[in-house]
Amino acid sequence: MANEVLSALKRDFIHNLIVEGKRADGRGFLEMRDISVRTNVIDKAEGSAYVKYGETKVLIGIKLQKGTPFPDSPAEGIIMTGMELNPLASPDFEAGPPREEAIEMSRIVDRGIRESHSIELGKLCIREGELVWMVFIDISVINDAGNLVDASCLGSIAALMTAVIPEDAANAFPSMPMPMQNTPVGVTVVSIDNNLFLDPTLDEENLCDTKLTVITDKDGALSGMQKSGCDSLTPEAVVKMVNLARDRAAELRERYLSHLSIRS
Amino acid sequence: MSSNQTDVIFFDENGLRTDQRKPDEIRPMKIKIGVLSRANGSCYLEWGANKVIAAVYGPREAHPRRMQLAGKAVIRYRYNMQSFSVEDRARPGPSRRSSEISKVSREAFEPVIFSDAYPKAAIDIFVEVLQADAGTRTAAINAASLALVDAGIPMRGLISACAAGKVGGKIVLDLNKPEDNYGEADLPIAMTEDGKITLIQMDGHLTPSEFEEALELVQKGCRQVLEIQKAALMEKYASIMGDEEGEVEVEEEIEDEADDEDEDFTEFSNDAADATEEEFDEVTDEMVDAFVSRVSENLAKDISDLIHEYEVGGSDSDVDLADGLFDGDIDICVRDADLKEIDELITEIEDDDDFGSDDDDDDEETDIFVIEADSAGDSDDEDGGEEEDEDGGEDEDGGEEEEFEYDDEDEDEED
Repeated sequence: MANEVLSALKRDFIHNLIVEGKRADGRGFLEMRDISVRTNVIDKAEGSAYVKYGETKVLIGIKLQKGTPFPDSPAEGIIMTGMELNPLASPDFEAGPPREEAIEMSRIVDRGIRESHSIELGKLCIREGELVWMVFIDISVINDAGNLVDASCLGSIAALMTAVIPEDAANAFPSMPMPMQNTPVGVTVVSIDNNLFLDPTLDEENLCDTKLTVITDKDGALSGMQKSGCDSLTPEAVVKMVNLARDRAAELRERYLSHLSIRS
Repeated sequence: MSSNQTDVIFFDENGLRTDQRKPDEIRPMKIKIGVLSRANGSCYLEWGANKVIAAVYGPREAHPRRMQLAGKAVIRYRYNMQSFSVEDRARPGPSRRSSEISKVSREAFEPVIFSDAYPKAAIDIFVEVLQADAGTRTAAINAASLALVDAGIPMRGLISACAAGKVGGKIVLDLNKPEDNYGEADLPIAMTEDGKITLIQMDGHLTPSEFEEALELVQKGCRQVLEIQKAALMEKYASIMGDEEGEVEVEEEIEDEADDEDEDFTEFSNDAADATEEEFDEVTDEMVDAFVSRVSENLAKDISDLIHEYEVGGSDSDVDLADGLFDGDIDICVRDADLKEIDELITEIEDDDDFGSDDDDDDEETDIFVIEADSAGDSDDEDGGEEEDEDGGEDEDGGEEEEFEYDDEDEDEED
């Protein structure tokens, strides 16, 4: 989380490194940490993914429940995204209702999935106006070492792509894989001293004033964006950040999502 | 518990349970200690299909301040289930059930933590149930116990938990999901190393004699769990010693005794059938504890061999599954078959000791993490000694980064 206290000493240390063109963990400015995505780690969930960005660890579970549709979309399923900052993930997290940051981050993830029409919601309708599948995307942070948003975005899509909708025999609804038609990927870009960085660590997140999360879909179009932080960005910087994020998102999609399919 | 479904079949014609276990057999357990970089101590544990992860923070300033206790640290325990950990999605956040479990679990740890060494501080234990399959509270306690050790919290000993129950009129150990749902009784307990019960709950229906039988059995289960916990710690700390300055000592130690131990092992497996349970029962708690700490390296090595065998033999996909959640090798993965061997090993070691092995002292020197099985009667002397040991563990354990951060925080506070 971006509001942990950072000592002046460490702040200077990171700044000085940046002047030399280095990062504390030895990465290049635009280099990501090691990423790993594992799916189907929780058998009890309809879909699940365990994502690591370096030491950052996020577990995403997809649960499906039947419920009544919203009146304005009687034939469409419902997506609900929730994020929990488990107190075990960081000394700064506390038990209790979701904090502002958790709500913001889960809404960023939700926006990417919703706005890119990742899930064909029409196919989640069991009986129009009466019964639809509700898709719960629950994001559980296991270890916070920075850049939770990117990890959550990637993991949520990976979990959805491997999710299976159970059969509802009473309503003649067959079991099927989650009807996915898009794969949005979020990439966060931070700016420190007019240098752009990808995949910020916790310290870098604490140091930077502003970060921009850009979610792009499989065609490279933007499906969501969020500036987070108290500083301003110039229009030129925004364009640069968006392009950077889009290129990187394409790479991530190819590398971590392209081979995913439902569990056999 | 309450449902009287008599049509559920709990035992097959061979008397084995639905998951092919014997009535007095616990489910396979897998443990990995120190999985989270930000926590002071952490532990990932799988027990059957249960997957839990525990983290310990502290001792740190208790917040809000009104929670602080003048004479000792406040211990907080949070048991939480992930919404996706169960068949029907659970509503996130605390429930009445999880609040109760948190309370009794905290009280299970109160007797063993030296909380009076940290006035006004808080020791926070967080356990997340990632997947639930009957027996999550006991799994959570077992994981929390190891996370506390990993965090270097001074303790009088480990806490081990296990459940017994009654299904189909028969007392069995460590209920699985169908047994939990349709069985007649459930009796989870947590125990200190010296056999004192720190948590006991019961629901269902047991006659007094059945209760006594169940209590007897569940203590045996706890003891098995304790051995697995100890083995996991040994594995963990042996690997740390291997990385750092203790390297030479440990290697010597292991090599010195490797041959003897191998001999013992084969020799013993020949007459494995003779190792009756009576024989095991004769080994009292004190004896087991004493011998275990004395031969820590041997045991760790043997168990790692066992694990290796299983990994190489590829007996099951279980090991990979845990790898799915956490990197690297599992610290420890013990099946019940192995448990028997461990029990035998202990008995064997005891026999060995009777012949008079004279390297006890050396062992103790290199045994950096001694989780002393001290009897609860704790003198000041013991207290000091244990703190020292645990601190040693912490130093070795905490990565450089972690220490750095910790220092920073301290500075900030002083400012």
